[in-house]
Amino acid sequence: MNLSVKIGKLTMQNPVTVASGTFGYGAEYARLIDLNQLGAVTVKGIRLNPVPGNPTPRTAEVTSGMLNAIGLQGPGVDGFIKKYWPFLRELKVPTIINIWGTTVEEYAEVARRFDALGGVGALELNVSCPNIKEGGAQFGTDPKLLAQVVAACRAATTLPLITKMSPNVPSIAPLAKAAEDAGSDALAVTNSFPAMAIDIETRRPKLANLTGGLTGPAIKPIAIKLVWEAAKAVKIPIIGMGGIQNAADAIEFMMAGATAVAVGTANFYEPQTSLFIIAGIRDYMARKQIVDVREVTSSVRV
Amino acid sequence: MLEQTVTIVSNERDTDQYFRLVVRAPQITPLIQPGQFAHVRILPLKDALLRRPFSIFQVAGDTFSILYKNVGKGTEVLSRMRAGEELSVIAPLGHGFTVPAAGGETPLLVAGGYGMAAMFLLAQRSPQTGIVFVGGRRRVDILCEKDFAAIGWEVRVATEDGSHGEKGLVTQPLLAELKRSAVGRKLFACGPTPMLEAVGKIAEDIAVACELSMDEHMCCGVGTCLTCVIKVKAGDGWEYQRTCTEGPVFDSRSIAWEVAK
Ligand SMILES: Cc1cc2nc3c(=O)[nH]c(=O)nc-3n(C[C@H](O)[C@H](O)[C@H](O)COP(=O)(O)OP(=O)(O)OC[C@H]3O[C@@H](n4cnc5c(N)ncnc54)[C@H](O)[C@@H]3O)c2cc1C
Ligand SMILES: Cc1cc2nc3c(=O)[nH]c(=O)nc-3n(C[C@H](O)[C@H](O)[C@H](O)COP(=O)(O)O)c2cc1C
Ligand code: FES
Repeated sequence: MNLSVKIGKLTMQNPVTVASGTFGYGAEYARLIDLNQLGAVTVKGIRLNPVPGNPTPRTAEVTSGMLNAIGLQGPGVDGFIKKYWPFLRELKVPTIINIWGTTVEEYAEVARRFDALGGVGALELNVSCPNIKEGGAQFGTDPKLLAQVVAACRAATTLPLITKMSPNVPSIAPLAKAAEDAGSDALAVTNSFPAMAIDIETRRPKLANLTGGLTGPAIKPIAIKLVWEAAKAVKIPIIGMGGIQNAADAIEFMMAGATAVAVGTANFYEPQTSLFIIAGIRDYMARKQIVDVREVTSSVRV
Repeated sequence: MLEQTVTIVSNERDTDQYFRLVVRAPQITPLIQPGQFAHVRILPLKDALLRRPFSIFQVAGDTFSILYKNVGKGTEVLSRMRAGEELSVIAPLGHGFTVPAAGGETPLLVAGGYGMAAMFLLAQRSPQTGIVFVGGRRRVDILCEKDFAAIGWEVRVATEDGSHGEKGLVTQPLLAELKRSAVGRKLFACGPTPMLEAVGKIAEDIAVACELSMDEHMCCGVGTCLTCVIKVKAGDGWEYQRTCTEGPVFDSRSIAWEVAK
């Protein structure tokens, strides 16, 4: 039975990684799960300099999901390399580093820094964070800007590039195509959905940032459709995510067109979710007599 | 820190909307330090995803307990669970209280409502007994008086409606006691944030050491999501630190109350 997949030149031993921002920098969960069983570890978004993040409250639970407006708090490239890289470097599985910037040049500079670091598995370009004023989502909703970011990073590194798509667009196909044409090796579909919740006792929004990103099972069917549409538009592989809780969810994403999947919000309530999913994919393949997990990708019958 | 499925030994009403829940968790109990918490997944709670954090109240043999108030969706479902049913817990979590050294400071504990839950292990493991100041709105909000008395601690009560103990806020009897003598004493507090701020202010004015257990919303409970941050003094400014990891217990002098607003 083959579970390994390729994302550009990155080989994952199985198609399951974790979603950026839901798994810290790996080390925090190392006492609860064996990270070396994962396909890859994906870390929280990093830009060049440290970022304090948004005021609190930063998250709110909603029916079948949650809102977050963390504001990409992070240690910056140097802080990350000093504090978190020594641990990640020693893992047997690759690390995918989620990066962002407020200008095209900053994206490229961060990509260059991680290229020079050596040993990084892939870079995931976050052009789709709904929770910051500049940068983030603006690059992910305009095909021209998106192409500039991807092309600049492409020129800055030979590492596999994964472009993380915004769901907040009328049609994902032109953006997916723009990322592919500019040299992206893969797409990550999808980031969180802009959303809001209000406390009716105080009449205050539940997030200090007023709005945030919706994640968790509530977004799964919308994310499946986005993966399906993106897969029809491009030839590069897709990492599917959005509300994955179990192997059935993961397989559904793969059938829609994903080569690999990422587990996000589910880590918060069940840190072992990704390991359960890997086991569940094996069971499904055995039951359906599938010898290569890649057969599942885009196998939806339409 | 371990993640385990644990069995409920008992889950009984304490007063009013407060409940005591005991679970059997032999691998977790030896690891528990005063002021740490358990992140609880209430398995029958189906329409909400996240775990709920609760201070670890008491440890007895291979069991530990929490003392919780029914305030919402999760605690409501929890309050209807019975002995024999299962919960998933990640515990013990967080940085707890500094247990006083033998012959060291005399601990003065300050608690509001379910904040009492965070205090019991500290009192039990402290080499010298002290005084616990407990406040609440009404008589039913005053928890665990008997538990503290049973381990030889003096309990001073204040209620806002005067139905039990002194009428007013818990900071009144605390301040009166510190004015009598603050030397060789240290404060430890857990309760609503305004109470913690008031206790922190008293500690600063009187120049007495003080540790506060902060209450912030949490998702992961283990340091990954950055939900639970508070502003902590750093150099000339401040930085965000995680209540679930660097906290929940912080030195009161380190909290940047001014910028927090
Ligand atoms: C370190 C720590 C220790 C705690 N110890 C205790 C304890 O010993 N006893 C006790 O009764 N309570 C304690 N709490 C508060 C307890 O976590 C909340 O009362 C509980 O999460 C409410 O859940 P709910 O589903 O009933 O409420 P809902 O209002 O339905 O919850 C909705 C969401 O808000 C969160 N939330 C609501 N109120 C709080 C709160 N005060 N603090 C943190 N998150 C909240 C919930 O976790 C959930 O994600 C503690 C909180 C923290 C951070
Ligand atoms: C608390 C939180 C923080 C996140 N931080 C990031 C981030 O730093 N960079 C990023 O690209 N996506 C971030 N995301 C989005 C996730 O990576 C993922 O795309 C999204 O949560 C959908 O998956 P899920 O429904 O399984 O959580 C974050 C999500 C959450 C809930
Ligand atoms: S609750 Fe996730 S970092 Fe503290």
